Amino acid sequence: MQEPANQVPPAIQIDSLSKTFAGGFEALKGVSLDVSKGEIFALLGPNGAGKTTLISIVCGLVNPSGGTVKVEGFDILSDYRETRSRVGLVPQELTTDAFATVFGTVRFSRGLFGKPHDDVYVEQVLRDLSLWEKRDSEVHMLSGGMKRRLLIAKAMVHEPDVLFLDEPTAGVDVELRRDMWNLVRRLRDRGVTIVLTTHYIEEAEEMADRVGVINNGELILVQEKNALMQRLGEKRLVLKLNERLDTIPPTLSEKYELSLSDGGETLTYVYDARGEHTGITGLLSDLRDANLHFTDLDTEQSSLEDIFVNLVEQQR
Amino acid sequence: MNIYAIRAIYKFEMARTQRTLLQSVVYPVLSTSLYFVIFGSAIGSQINEVDGIAYAAFIVPGLIMLSLLTQSVSNASFAIYFPRFNGTIYELLSAPVAYYEVVIAYVGAAATKSVLIGLLILATAYFFVDLNIQHPLIMLGFLILTAVSFSLFGFILGIWADNFEKLQLVPLLVVTPLTFLGGTFYSISMLPPFWQNLSLLNPVVYLISGFRWSFYGEGDVSILASLGMTLGFLAICLAVVAWIFRTGYRLKP
Repeated sequence: MQEPANQVPPAIQIDSLSKTFAGGFEALKGVSLDVSKGEIFALLGPNGAGKTTLISIVCGLVNPSGGTVKVEGFDILSDYRETRSRVGLVPQELTTDAFATVFGTVRFSRGLFGKPHDDVYVEQVLRDLSLWEKRDSEVHMLSGGMKRRLLIAKAMVHEPDVLFLDEPTAGVDVELRRDMWNLVRRLRDRGVTIVLTTHYIEEAEEMADRVGVINNGELILVQEKNALMQRLGEKRLVLKLNERLDTIPPTLSEKYELSLSDGGETLTYVYDARGEHTGITGLLSDLRDANLHFTDLDTEQSSLEDIFVNLVEQQR
Repeated sequence: MNIYAIRAIYKFEMARTQRTLLQSVVYPVLSTSLYFVIFGSAIGSQINEVDGIAYAAFIVPGLIMLSLLTQSVSNASFAIYFPRFNGTIYELLSAPVAYYEVVIAYVGAAATKSVLIGLLILATAYFFVDLNIQHPLIMLGFLILTAVSFSLFGFILGIWADNFEKLQLVPLLVVTPLTFLGGTFYSISMLPPFWQNLSLLNPVVYLISGFRWSFYGEGDVSILASLGMTLGFLAICLAVVAWIFRTGYRLKP
């Protein structure tokens, strides 16, 4: 597909991407996804869902079985130099050269990605990640958190337009996690597109502009985070009724969004907790007028987790 | 061409050599020098000339070849195997580098190191042995060509091996015996006819013979056969490397 000349191509354009590994395992089943320039996109899914495979194909670590991937309009296979020089990858595992120094290994990464020598820039990246003090240390001397910072430095030092963070906060302490999110925001302000994978819902919630939910190699939902938050704003009032009810009286069902469950013993009311009028008081007095009594009441908030679990279950 | 990447990998590899100077340079030079002392100075005086060359001098080209081959193979194989082993290969695979650039950098670094070792051994030999090199430029050419070919071979080995044992297997069980039986310590013409013909199947015979020719103007086979054999081996290795990168064999699932 050719982009119109006046239109900026998406940062990442994935079309019907599939991957079947040599053993026959189908890791991706025709995934299509566009990620816009400058957005933070979270790829959310359980372990083994295909998140890392997807990232690995875009970065060139895994050969695709079918479909196409473009980065800023360039094909990842035929124009791999163009795409790879624009992409940075922070892998999930802490894989580092044990005996190189921090400064040396970051400088190495810049050269490897085809950028001229620039020790001033390397210094800036190390300072941004609080690694400058450790610049002469050998990598194996670093703590786990420091190694994570180092991997980020290595991925950023060639000034990529697109940064992939594969499970960036796995095994990371609170401070680094906060630093990392600050860094991600700064990068976004510079116009860098960020794709992160996570199985922590809060992480997607906190950082992302859009969230894609992937399960069993299929992308089952892509939505603006705010729209997801809208769903999150929904609350449910659950009433245990005194007596079994066959149908909801029309006087109530016309005014309120109600549903019956548990064979008519539980009445659930869905409302927007952030709205000015939740309608709870009205509902309760209308219930009394309709001569309906209840033994217990409870409120529940639907979380992204619920939505996620629901989606995954619907798939089965 | 991504010159910056080639330079980065090359420098990284040479820095690794510097870090492990004892093991990677001092050890091969020292252990080869022991042969000069024992076979050259101590026992060599008791042995007759071979092909009109003093025995101590006769073994020098073969011993340099022995070090050159084992060092090229093990150095290049380790250089590419280790990133695969510890996972840092991800960076290389995600970088905007062409396969020939990766090969130039890794093989270039491995070959540089073994040529350096070869020259150091040669310099050491002068202390113990009376040496006279007839064709120094051809000698140097042979040294470089062999180092490049066997570094390339080592590179293939490092991609093929999936454990440390396999990595050691070829240098120890294939390269070293072939070199010892390839005329390092004797002239092929000293063998019975059957063993002479069998020896001609050993590719290392051609390498040592050619290298010795550059020293003394004489070899077991003609210099052109030696050159042809070396270039043929280089071509096979290049073809295999090209195939590896095209298919992603052992590198990309």
